[in-house]
Amino acid sequence: MLRYIGRRILIAIPTLVIVSVLVFALQKLLPGDPVLTMAGEERDPQVLEYLRERYRLNDPLPVQYLAWISAAVTGNLGISLRTDIPVLELILGKLPVTIELAIMAMIVAFAIGIPAGIISAVKKGTTVDYAANVIALSGLSIPNFWLGIMLIMLISVRWQLLPASGFVPPSEDLWLNIKTMLMPAFVLGTGLAASLMRHTRSAMLGVLRSDYIRTARAKGLLSRKVILKHALRNALVPIVTLSTLLFGELLAGAVLTEQIFTIPGFGKLIVDAVFNRDYAVVQGVVLCTAVGFIFMNLLADVLYVLVNPRLRHAT
Amino acid sequence: MRKLPLIALTAGLLMSTGVTAQTLRIGLNEDPDVLDPHRARTFVGRIVFTSLCNKLVDITPDLKFTPELATEWSWSDDGKALTFKLRPGVTFHDGEKLDAAAVKTNIERARTLPDSLRKSELTSVESVDALDDMTVKINLSRPDATLLSQLSDRAGMIMSPKALANADFGQKPVCSGPFKFVERVQNDRIVLERFKEHWDAKNYNFDRIVFQPIPDTTVRLANVRSGNLDILERLAPSDVPAVKSDAKLTFAPVSGIGYQGLTINTNNSDRAKSPLGQDKRVRQALELAIDRDVINEVVGQGIFPPAGQPFPEASPYNEKKFAANKRNVEKAKQLLKEAGVDRVKFELTFGTSTTTQQISEIIQAMAAEAGFDISLRATEFAAMQKEAQAGNFQVNAIGWSGRVDPDGNIHPFVSCKGGLNDGKYCNAEVDKLLNEARIINDETKRKQLYNSAQAILKDELPIIYLYYQPWPFVHTKKLEGFKPYPDGMIRLKGVKLAS
Repeated sequence: MLRYIGRRILIAIPTLVIVSVLVFALQKLLPGDPVLTMAGEERDPQVLEYLRERYRLNDPLPVQYLAWISAAVTGNLGISLRTDIPVLELILGKLPVTIELAIMAMIVAFAIGIPAGIISAVKKGTTVDYAANVIALSGLSIPNFWLGIMLIMLISVRWQLLPASGFVPPSEDLWLNIKTMLMPAFVLGTGLAASLMRHTRSAMLGVLRSDYIRTARAKGLLSRKVILKHALRNALVPIVTLSTLLFGELLAGAVLTEQIFTIPGFGKLIVDAVFNRDYAVVQGVVLCTAVGFIFMNLLADVLYVLVNPRLRHAT
Repeated sequence: MRKLPLIALTAGLLMSTGVTAQTLRIGLNEDPDVLDPHRARTFVGRIVFTSLCNKLVDITPDLKFTPELATEWSWSDDGKALTFKLRPGVTFHDGEKLDAAAVKTNIERARTLPDSLRKSELTSVESVDALDDMTVKINLSRPDATLLSQLSDRAGMIMSPKALANADFGQKPVCSGPFKFVERVQNDRIVLERFKEHWDAKNYNFDRIVFQPIPDTTVRLANVRSGNLDILERLAPSDVPAVKSDAKLTFAPVSGIGYQGLTINTNNSDRAKSPLGQDKRVRQALELAIDRDVINEVVGQGIFPPAGQPFPEASPYNEKKFAANKRNVEKAKQLLKEAGVDRVKFELTFGTSTTTQQISEIIQAMAAEAGFDISLRATEFAAMQKEAQAGNFQVNAIGWSGRVDPDGNIHPFVSCKGGLNDGKYCNAEVDKLLNEARIINDETKRKQLYNSAQAILKDELPIIYLYYQPWPFVHTKKLEGFKPYPDGMIRLKGVKLAS
């Protein structure tokens, strides 16, 4: 197992290098000049030139890349062109926020998606099944930003139950923190719940048709026990893998959700950085996201092996 | 264990009610950049600085200068020296005393720091002398009528010289304003707290000020309506009717000192070589084809006052005879005929925002009736900025946040070497008039010069002014004493929350 993990980590290194080169090159292709953006209404050529020199924007691209990547491997991701704040500090500050949002959204997704999937599989072909499918489809098709704004209008403005936006660190006020995160987590979670529900449903249907379930039923076991203990456990294998892979979807969704609810997380950091041509921040954030993504994929593979004993020998 | 949620709930409720009584929460349109007045560029950053950093002089709502850190000032006879008497007993947030040496250090820094964005504002300054502890003399290489207005903004903000030595000043600014810096979480909030030793502390009522950047206008308004914010800046015009009909909110708009307009490429690269760029009659026709009242009513909901000149209505340099023209399609067609063109094609570039998109579409429809075929190109702001400078545009819909002194609204845009003259319009006579107006302190004489320059510009139209940029604020009824200023800043003197 350890050798397997070690090999996977080694494979991840070239992936990371390619990602870093791509990110670096792609954002240089973006139209616009970070120095002009930074200087705003000031156009003094001397100042512009100084800023270009200071951020090494006059160097050839490969030189810029090497300077950045060699500092990055030592943990120095540079400073934000816009606010002077070190990129690493920004990332470490924003990461917990997005992780909290992601975990809460996952809880929402699991709480809705898995029971709905089970019920819809067990009650296949009934009104309940159709209703669950319609709801799932709506969950997939309703855009995050629309749902977000509607919730804000209804829950925050009309009923004044939850704060409309913003973020309060849990260390400062746990209750307020939960209150501010509820709506964003719900918005982000419902989209995922829909795909979780559909996957749970098809996995459950597959398992429910198998012989051992028929045997279990024939033995006169309680229906609930058959479904939860025998069927669900086996159906969970693909769902667990899916959940780790949903991480990517979660990050993409977080970008939008954080914009709507003005949550100072990873997603908002990268969007603002792109608009401000804050190269150092974009590079740092994408690199960290890539590392996170590779880690989650690795975790998915490991989990897959753990829940599916047949694969253990293949490793 | 079971009691824990209950305790958390009670604590949460207590905290939220306790905090709102003394905290003012301000919703900003975007997150400010670096918090160093000499290196900062954003408009929202200036809003934060207004509470954080005192400057030598401030302005009144009718754009006159009023004492702040300087109690009085005088010009030398030749207009080449400006002497300030400083306010006694002023301390910085770190306990240091404000004196002439501190002012000297600050102005020198604004002029010489390699990445200072205030350099072009202080080009006339040659040296600064501390005459005594409380008197500063600024020596100029040439008379400069714009200097006082520059010193009423970021270039005149005085920071603690001791703190300026810190490398992280931009993250932990130390000034002498009524509120001092507490913390900043990028994209989330900037927190200031009352500075008890401020020279005018009795007129400031809040213990804490929290600035929250919320870029989405709908969400920003929702926060005021739900009670999470007390005031917001820059309401979307489309939300004006909803705000006016809400009994809990006060709508406080003010016509600003900036404008929105169409910059026409007359002389920058090959893209200027079109009938529109080369023939002033075509530009005049375009102007006459536009109905600014429609823009004001349809898009602006009445808060986009039509502009025919760069100087706002509040400015003494605003001249009635240059007010915006009324729409006249027949005359526009006539002008196109005289210019020998039938239909004129051009591309109108605008930054992606709902408001500019709507305005551009309206212009497209209105101008079509007079003989213009406009293709619209929405582009992201940073990209537009670069292309504008390189001359890769025909017409740009672009705005200017405005300056208190008239020079800042006209010189950089239409003088031959103006830093913001994207269309590279160049007229020696205009240059002469504008350069002369820069060095005269007499208001009447200056106005005559500006009027002469405007007469030429109104005829040649390198920029078609559309409307004055408003600063629409919305606050809860509980907020008392707030007065909007044409520069769009939020001044908190005398402002309080009714209990």
